Amino acid sequence: MTRRFRILAAALAVGLAGTLSLAAPNQALAQDKIKIGYAISKTGPNAGGANITQIPNYQLWVKELNDKGGLMIGGKRVPVEVIEYDDRSNSEEAVRAVERLITQDKVDLLLPPWGTGLNLAVGPVFNKYGYPQLTFSAVTDQAPALVKRWPNSFWFLGTSAQYIDALVDLLSKQQKAGKINGTVAMISVADGFGIDLSKAARDGLTKAGFKLAMDKSYPIGTQDMSPLISEAQRSGADTFIAFSYPPDTVAINDQSKVASFAPKVMFTGVGTGFPLFPQRFGANVEGIMSLGGWDPNNAGTTEYRKKHVAMHSRDPDYWGSQLGYVSLQMLEQAVERVGKIDREAIIKQLQTGTFDTVLGKIKLVDNMPPKGTYAYIGQWQNGLFTGIAPDGANMKPMVIPKPAWK
Amino acid sequence: MFVEALLTGITLGGMYALVAMGLTLQYGVARIMNLSYGEILVAAAFAVFWLFTAAGLNPLLGLVLIVPAALLVSWLIYRILLLPLVQRAKTRDALEVDSILATFGLLFVVQGVMLVLFGGAYYSYSFLAIPVNVFGVTIAANRLLALAFAAVIGLALYLGLTRTRAGTALRAVAVDPVSAQLVAIDVRAAAAIAFALGGALVASGGVLVSMFLTFNANIGVVFTMKALIIVIMGGVGNMLGALVAGLILGLTETFVATWIDPGLTLAATYTIFLIILLVRPQGLFGRSGR
Repeated sequence: MTRRFRILAAALAVGLAGTLSLAAPNQALAQDKIKIGYAISKTGPNAGGANITQIPNYQLWVKELNDKGGLMIGGKRVPVEVIEYDDRSNSEEAVRAVERLITQDKVDLLLPPWGTGLNLAVGPVFNKYGYPQLTFSAVTDQAPALVKRWPNSFWFLGTSAQYIDALVDLLSKQQKAGKINGTVAMISVADGFGIDLSKAARDGLTKAGFKLAMDKSYPIGTQDMSPLISEAQRSGADTFIAFSYPPDTVAINDQSKVASFAPKVMFTGVGTGFPLFPQRFGANVEGIMSLGGWDPNNAGTTEYRKKHVAMHSRDPDYWGSQLGYVSLQMLEQAVERVGKIDREAIIKQLQTGTFDTVLGKIKLVDNMPPKGTYAYIGQWQNGLFTGIAPDGANMKPMVIPKPAWK
Repeated sequence: MFVEALLTGITLGGMYALVAMGLTLQYGVARIMNLSYGEILVAAAFAVFWLFTAAGLNPLLGLVLIVPAALLVSWLIYRILLLPLVQRAKTRDALEVDSILATFGLLFVVQGVMLVLFGGAYYSYSFLAIPVNVFGVTIAANRLLALAFAAVIGLALYLGLTRTRAGTALRAVAVDPVSAQLVAIDVRAAAAIAFALGGALVASGGVLVSMFLTFNANIGVVFTMKALIIVIMGGVGNMLGALVAGLILGLTETFVATWIDPGLTLAATYTIFLIILLVRPQGLFGRSGR
């Protein structure tokens, strides 16, 4: 008995410890190089997201830079060298790695880690040493307050409120047009993203007069969604919203298909815009909604998608990826305009300058891209995850009802 | 609604049992507390994913290839990596501690290889995701298949272990490795077979759950933990115990999700685990006072 407990405790410790760092810094320094460092989740629970949205962008951007000869600084191109650490999806590890990058490896620029939690964790370190932090996989309602405290931090994915406002607005219009019955079933993962978004949605939907027939959260790592889908099916709601993580997103859609649960509006969370999703569900993705979305007529992002596919043999994530690339383009232009590694001036330039990006000309407002820069809500239409809200010239109309499962 | 929850729970429980059965053999008979267990499961999932998407091979045919391969690889792991530990271990406790450390290392090797080959991204494919109507309840065919496999393997191994000579020898090793030698049982060979069989079982579990779960190179530990709980609940080394414990967990999670709150499924799982440990520390089907 005590032996069993000991073994269980050992196993638990192993589970908590996660995995050991595998990545090592590349090479010793040379004067004629710009050193760019980042700590990212190559292992652990965050690795799935980091490997889709973030790491491919870093690799693509660095390759493009070095193909050109490097960053243009003081009239000549200086090659870029990358130092990468694995933060093992662990915030203490991420903080340690970022500090090491700054104090020991003496990097010139830092790129952010993946996810809201880790970006908040390393925020004070970036701020203390005055490195610009251009996050594009973090959504938090604290963003405006954080920008005041950490003027060096930039939040390309914005706040949960912006997404919920766009979604509620979209649903209200459908309800006024008599397309949906105003009853909503909502489920959310009991973790950062799900808690934040579902709270904002609960307030927003109730205020707009929607009835929440179901509002449940489930633990992270839940392996069977069928009880939740059955309950949603019984609830009489014809709008279904799930703030879910990638494995759950796949399981929810899979189970809905098996149970022939086809609400008029079907909205699922992170992963809906991943290349995995259309691979898995084929033509059945049509009509499914989520966060993010692309403009099919935008030449810039179309070109970016081509480059991404050429290098990584898969599509980018249709939510964060394009903003990640935009943030890197802006960082590059800011450095080149300043003409030297003067991080204070680079931050100033990022805050006030106007930049040429794959999403067009962008001037940040309070360190965030202003409304209208990119889609907050998207829907699979004709094989592309297409932006449909907030209202704007480059948004397509919403398709309703979602077609039945085939 | 009750029938629906019952059937869904049994299906989920079947999957849990399937995932845990290999560990009960490896831990109960071969005395190896295999921490790389979940990684082997995920490796099998990747293997079938690769065979299915690259070679267009039916995952059920993949099972025919992957399970014998896993048997062989596990046998080799035991002979090369673990046998030296068995030979130098003075007591059973020492062997368990050593095997934890050795398989902890193995975990990173297997995980590292998968990260190099497939990266850290999520993988998923669709196979047999077709609705099947059972007593008016719609269940996905792939989940039913996993349940059927768990039931067949569980019963077959239970009968094999209790009704055959070779099975009796394996159980003798589980009960007392020293005395087993006195009655002319080759303990090392028996333990190697048990470990290899466990590896084959976990690989079959990996193939089957890959049909409906989304996986990546990092999720192995999730399965190791679940399997460990089920093995300890059911009684170490007892196939029937693993089957029953898996079903109890699956039913509990589904009932709690259906009638109380989906947010409490984990809490319910651990409550049951605690109660069983307090009332029957040796596990549901475990022998007391060994």
